[in-house]
Amino acid sequence: MSGALVFAWSGVLLFGLGLFGFIAHRHLLRRLLAFNIMGSGSFLVLVGLAQDGRGVDPVPHAMVITGIVVAVASTALALVVFRRWYRASGRTDLPEDT
Amino acid sequence: MTWNALILFGVLATSLVASAVIFLLAESRHTTRSVFNLAAAVVKLLLVGWIVWGVYQNIDYEFRFTIIEGVDFILRADALGMMFVGLSSLLWLFTTIYAIGYLEKAPNRSRFFGFFSLCVASTVGIALAGNLFTFLLFYELLTLSTYPLVVHRGTRESLRAGQVYLYYTLGGGALLLFGVVALHVLVGDTEFVPGGVLSGLDPSLHPLLIGIFLMMIIGLGVKAALFPLHAWLPMAMVAPAPVSALLHAVAVVKAGAFGIARLVYDVYGIEFAFSLGLLGPLAVAASITIIYGSLRALAQDDLKKRLAFSTVSQVSYIILGISLFGPVGTLGGLVHLLHQGLMKITLFFCAGNYAETLGVHKISELDGAGQRMPATSVAFTLGAFGMIGIPPMAGFISKWYLGIGALEVGMNWVLGVLILSSLLNAAYFLPILYRIWFRRRERLWCEGKVLGRFETSGWLLLPTLATAAFALVAGVLAGMPFSPLYWADLIVSREYLP
Amino acid sequence: MIGLWSVPLLFALPLALGILSLLVTPAWRPRLIFVGLPLLTLASVDVLARLVLEGPRIYELGGWEAPLGINLVVDGLAVGMILMTTLVASLCALYARVYLRDYPASSSFFWPLLWLLWAGMNGIWLAEDIFNLYVGLEVMGLAAVGMVALRATPQALAAAMRYLLAALLGSLAYLLGVALLYATYGTLSMAGLQEAAAPNATTHVALALIILGLLLKTALFPLHAWLPPAHGGALTPVSALLSALVIKGSFYILMRIWLVLGPEVTPIFTAQLLGVLGAGAVFYGGWMAWRQHHLKQLVAYSTVAQIGYLFLFFPLVTGTGPEAARLAWDGTLMMLVAHALAKAALFLSAGNLILAVGSTQISHLVGISRFRPMSLFSFGLAGVSLMGLPPSGGFTGKWLLLHSAILSDQWWWLIVLFLGGLLSAAYIFKVFRMSFREGPQIDRSITPPLTLDVTALILASASILIGLTAHLPLFWLRLGSAFGAG
Repeated sequence: MSGALVFAWSGVLLFGLGLFGFIAHRHLLRRLLAFNIMGSGSFLVLVGLAQDGRGVDPVPHAMVITGIVVAVASTALALVVFRRWYRASGRTDLPEDT
Repeated sequence: MTWNALILFGVLATSLVASAVIFLLAESRHTTRSVFNLAAAVVKLLLVGWIVWGVYQNIDYEFRFTIIEGVDFILRADALGMMFVGLSSLLWLFTTIYAIGYLEKAPNRSRFFGFFSLCVASTVGIALAGNLFTFLLFYELLTLSTYPLVVHRGTRESLRAGQVYLYYTLGGGALLLFGVVALHVLVGDTEFVPGGVLSGLDPSLHPLLIGIFLMMIIGLGVKAALFPLHAWLPMAMVAPAPVSALLHAVAVVKAGAFGIARLVYDVYGIEFAFSLGLLGPLAVAASITIIYGSLRALAQDDLKKRLAFSTVSQVSYIILGISLFGPVGTLGGLVHLLHQGLMKITLFFCAGNYAETLGVHKISELDGAGQRMPATSVAFTLGAFGMIGIPPMAGFISKWYLGIGALEVGMNWVLGVLILSSLLNAAYFLPILYRIWFRRRERLWCEGKVLGRFETSGWLLLPTLATAAFALVAGVLAGMPFSPLYWADLIVSREYLP
Repeated sequence: MIGLWSVPLLFALPLALGILSLLVTPAWRPRLIFVGLPLLTLASVDVLARLVLEGPRIYELGGWEAPLGINLVVDGLAVGMILMTTLVASLCALYARVYLRDYPASSSFFWPLLWLLWAGMNGIWLAEDIFNLYVGLEVMGLAAVGMVALRATPQALAAAMRYLLAALLGSLAYLLGVALLYATYGTLSMAGLQEAAAPNATTHVALALIILGLLLKTALFPLHAWLPPAHGGALTPVSALLSALVIKGSFYILMRIWLVLGPEVTPIFTAQLLGVLGAGAVFYGGWMAWRQHHLKQLVAYSTVAQIGYLFLFFPLVTGTGPEAARLAWDGTLMMLVAHALAKAALFLSAGNLILAVGSTQISHLVGISRFRPMSLFSFGLAGVSLMGLPPSGGFTGKWLLLHSAILSDQWWWLIVLFLGGLLSAAYIFKVFRMSFREGPQIDRSITPPLTLDVTALILASASILIGLTAHLPLFWLRLGSAFGAG
């Protein structure tokens, strides 16, 4: 297994872990963390797989940087909404969540 | 775009514009609304007269534009369509006059007259539609524009009736839609052509065509109140009298019957439909409806309900005529489209007059009404005689040609149906006449309101007398040019010529 | 290149206005629409004119070539979506300017979010590569979540949170799919993928991830649970924007990617499965809409149902003849545009009715037809289109889909269209029944400002008119697509 594939499989593993956390947990903060782990996983896949045999490819790096910006923005928004929700309802999870 | 196309579009536009203006007018502007309404009706009638003359001279009137590739919106004036347009625009004028009087001081008039005009616009669209697509478009629009009229009173009962009406008509409309799409896939844009467009198809498709025909007949039969699809019609009687008159004589049931005529003559072609063996079952269905409607009418004490079941029965005469494969039968069916409209609207106007003036809704309470309201009662009598088919009333002409047409094609049993139903007609109409003219009223009439110089409001009386006169003249002067019979003869000659 | 100022303007201008609106005082924020709407309208019309005169093209942003530069695709589909967005969003903005006067706190953040949403949507319509589609999707999605949260009630916040979680999960699945595709083919551009795509395991996994992510964002049954609270609970102009436009963004991406990869790469089974889920949406959404007691919830569930129709695209376009596929394309786009117009009109007029009676309960609408005929009329016109009754865009779309289903011998979709139409009639007429009822409940109503009624009426009329003149928009939409020349 080449180095690139190790990165990619780790990425997939992280994504899977994150997905599990995202679905299994009720606490919104945990779900948010899980989301970030999923995000890191997919970035790792991007960077890892793209290195396979083609030398250094700048495009995935550009994409990952964009992706990180998006993830940060999403997390910030989620935190704001979560905080307001917590203040309004006193809960850390969503009601009648299935 | 030629002038002729514009004139044709004008016939449709008069009611559409009227409808839009009326919706925008404030509820309180009665006079403006009435003037506008009547003006639109008169203009429409004039335009229709113009086109009728043109069609008589074989001038083409066509208005079309493309909706999607291979599907056009087509309005075209042919003899069959103009017959229906003529009927509806004439009766629209009278019904509008009647409705103005009937709904005086009632709430929600703006809404009522707006949808009323829209309803007429859809009827005209149905009549002028030059292909199945356009027909379907207006057929569904008619459903939508009549619903608010049926539920107009806003009572629990009328809302219930409206709901049943929707179940039936939307379901029927969906079936019709499938038929139309299926035919469209088979032959492309299905324009109405005398003799039909389907006879050239491969024989292996014939079973499919029979299925499509059945589906479309069900879709159209809902509106034409063909047994067992008629249940909505008596329920819809809760609507105000002008709406009942419109529904029964002009718009809804006629749209169904007219659609069946279009389907048989101009889509399948009567010869092709005959060769597929579709006409026999249709005749049977029509006959069953004729007898069934009459039998049910006998049992009703509510005057409007009895008239409603009478409509169920009478409209099927038209369908019976269509299903007779021969020029004379066709003639009888088509002419009845006009005659039934004139007679039935008269009867409904009269029923409305009795209800409005005397507060009487039941037949058992009509004793002596003839003395109190002689003019209305004469009109009612004329209408009833016509329905029974007593010469020289219009109804007699229809039944005469239907009978001859049936004998001509060897369907002798149809004659039995005609005789039986005439007897039944007499059985449910004559007792009413007897009560009106020969019984005396025991108690005083509860005269709630004074409605003008005449026995009732002039707005109510004049349209009643006018339509009664038309129904009489249509029968007596059937041989004159431009009588219903004359026009139906023209249609038949164009349909059977090639 | 000089003439094409309008293409970058379509997303640069809303972005700039979004930032600008944060810099000015809240009182000035609504007024920016008087700069933004005319310019965006002009740009949209210019793009259309160029499309018709000069044909579809690829536009290289700033003159840089891909992969370093960003390519924008200016074909019929993109331009059609842009025009739809301009029309619907402009009218919603005009509506919001009046409507939000009662919500000063929400109003100040509505405007920056609106521009951001607009930029994101136009970005999606124009993007030529699957990564920029992702960026557009995120910009649009985050703005949409912010809009749902505007009301700041606990319900609104919960709905926003739920929406956000669904959106985030969907985007990540999509992103992972994009990563896999890039790793396999070394390209992100649609054109490149179309050339290179081959049916192998990685592609299948990538496509599955992309489809799942987009289904979640489009709220296709059974992944719809986030939609009704978010759309039904938001402020009225927000509901309209979300239901009419935002869900179309992810569907649009799915449609584009399917046409690039789908037919060659995926088994027909997948297409049928998407169709079956669509059918489920039509039935479930219609049924649930009929059961609602709150007017806007009813409209929101109606969106769940209407999304289902769009997914009939996949079985009708995959593995069928060219004629059936073209009809499916036409029909789906007609449905999509008609739904955008009709649903926006339905939400806006529902908002007006709610304002008039001061209650969101359908049962409180008794007798409203006497007082608010115009609101009800808009509701009715939009309803006609949703029921698929003629003459309307919804009908024309349904007609085309029926036609396509018959041509491709897939009669089971006929039943879906048939029953779906009757179900939607049931829930639309449920509202009408109440409005025609004469009862003692109300004897007067509040009159909402005229602008609110007029904007709803324009949208409703547009949903009808587009059905009558479908010929032209469908011709434009086909430009530059696989269904073009024929």
